[in-house]
Amino acid sequence: MDALSDAEVKLLETKALAIRQTIIEMLVAAGSGHTAGPLGMADIFAALYFRVLRHDPKNPDWPERDRLILSNGHIAPVLYAVMAHAGYFPVEECLTLRKFGSRLQGHPERERLPGLETTSGPLGSGLSQAAGMAYASRIPVRETSFSNEARNSSSRDVRIYCVMSDGEHDCGNLWEAAMFAGANKLSNLTGIVDRNNIQIDGYTESIMPLEPFREKYESFGWHVLEVDGHNIPQFIQACGEAAAIYEKPTVIIAHTIPGKGIREIERDYRWHGKPPSKDEAAAFLNELRTMQGKITSEHQ
Amino acid sequence: MINPDAKLTANIFDTPDISPTREGFGKGLVEAADADERIVALCADLTESTRMEAFAKKYPARYVEVGVAEQNLAALASGFAAYGKIPFITSYATFSPGRNNEQIRTTISLNNVPVKIVGSHAGVSVGPDGATHQALEDIALMRVQPRMTVISPCDAEEARKATLAAAKYDGPVYIRLARDKTPLMTTADTPFEMGKANVLWKSDSPKVAIFATGPLVHNALLAAQALEKESIAVSVVNVHTIKPLDKETIVREARAAGAVVSVEEHQIAGGLGSAIAELLAEACPVPQEFVGVRDQFGQSGTPKELIEHYGLGVSHIVAAVKKVSQRKTS
Repeated sequence: MDALSDAEVKLLETKALAIRQTIIEMLVAAGSGHTAGPLGMADIFAALYFRVLRHDPKNPDWPERDRLILSNGHIAPVLYAVMAHAGYFPVEECLTLRKFGSRLQGHPERERLPGLETTSGPLGSGLSQAAGMAYASRIPVRETSFSNEARNSSSRDVRIYCVMSDGEHDCGNLWEAAMFAGANKLSNLTGIVDRNNIQIDGYTESIMPLEPFREKYESFGWHVLEVDGHNIPQFIQACGEAAAIYEKPTVIIAHTIPGKGIREIERDYRWHGKPPSKDEAAAFLNELRTMQGKITSEHQ
Repeated sequence: MINPDAKLTANIFDTPDISPTREGFGKGLVEAADADERIVALCADLTESTRMEAFAKKYPARYVEVGVAEQNLAALASGFAAYGKIPFITSYATFSPGRNNEQIRTTISLNNVPVKIVGSHAGVSVGPDGATHQALEDIALMRVQPRMTVISPCDAEEARKATLAAAKYDGPVYIRLARDKTPLMTTADTPFEMGKANVLWKSDSPKVAIFATGPLVHNALLAAQALEKESIAVSVVNVHTIKPLDKETIVREARAAGAVVSVEEHQIAGGLGSAIAELLAEACPVPQEFVGVRDQFGQSGTPKELIEHYGLGVSHIVAAVKKVSQRKTS
């Protein structure tokens, strides 16, 4: 991927800030949901949807699109927010999150919202689905195939991205998939792990230690990259490197700060699964809009 | 008498040819794959045993070995299906849809992708392997999932047809197969339509309707023949599709007879008998007796020994018919 200009980096950072504001607005409107994870992944999702992914919000079923599988469905607010800002649906619809009749279910449901690649929430199964897509994309299909769908699925340069939490690496299913992807050298598959070190009951290394994490993936036949998940150019460069590695799947371990952007939430696992109150949300939005007090007048 | 419209085999009562239902699946899979390039097959280290071997040899590029990883098997298949493929996945029914039930629920049924789950070695007739490998709850597990179609073929030929029908159907399907060689009852000319039960034995004024599924349909026919000799008229319906249930045929036969017996190699809780009871309680309440496994696990033995021990034999069906007849109020 081409190096980013300063203006392009600035644009992506602005998108990430807007996504964070939308996340807070939708969570306070919903009255329930997860806060820390979505905020922590705002920079990466901004980079994915506004730079890395080949996709078309006006044509969500485009067969040649890259696929993004969100394995840890509970961080849906960041996915909905970035999809809205990318143009899949109106940003105002974000305020329907978790409400009756909404397309924005508490955990994502593919059938309800165009642009979602799968239904997720129960942890540990996303990498399997992503591996299935990556494998399916390389099965040769004869040109005589009578099915347009089948013919379209033969395109070889489609990339599959799978966003996972670190906590879900407790699941056996995930490592079954990691072993499968390594064994089959699924080089068009890129895993992205939100390494924020928290899960519901506490810090990952106290609940069920994941370290040495990098070595686990390497021993399963993966190419491993580690990035600062809030350094947008670094993450985009890693995605480019992943695409260039042709003999292995690549996992990008993105070190992130849970709750990034709001000081009270940052690094506090108690914010994993609760939304802000109305008063808290007002203060948090002020913090985001004033860039953590760096400027005095709020910009909307 | 045998329903001539069912076009059953001529030697059905004498010395029927025998073949396991899994064998018919293996044939059907290759036929389906010949016709549709989107079909892929994934197996969890049981390729020969689940009869995927012929497909794997003919279509190596469309065959995926997953290893002993049934949760991955189901979720991988979800990804294949989302990418435009029609995946068939096989293992033993205790493991798939047993071990991987949540992956099937979330990534296949709720996600609404056309994965075909094929569970072999269902029932106590698995034999010597014992309880760990004898699935007796798989129908229950699958029929409670919205969007899931559940098929339990009565013989190898019907398994072949069920496989072809599942391949053409745009949605998730569960096909239940057995290990043991069992009598071939149906022929290439026997009608098969998903969701349409077949009357295999009919009488002018039946006293009891027997609804059976899987290879035990043969025991139900043997019971009907024995009962005829005692002048007890019954009908026998092969309910190969347990979900969606053929309401029209089942209510019609239940109403005509006024009493029913369900027959299945499955726990009574949640299986075919339960599905029929749910339907008839609303549509046509009549006395019902259940021939099935009564809240027990299986064990090692020969298929024949186990079928008798768990009360699934011809004599048990005959006894259930007589018992339910006595419960009729008019």
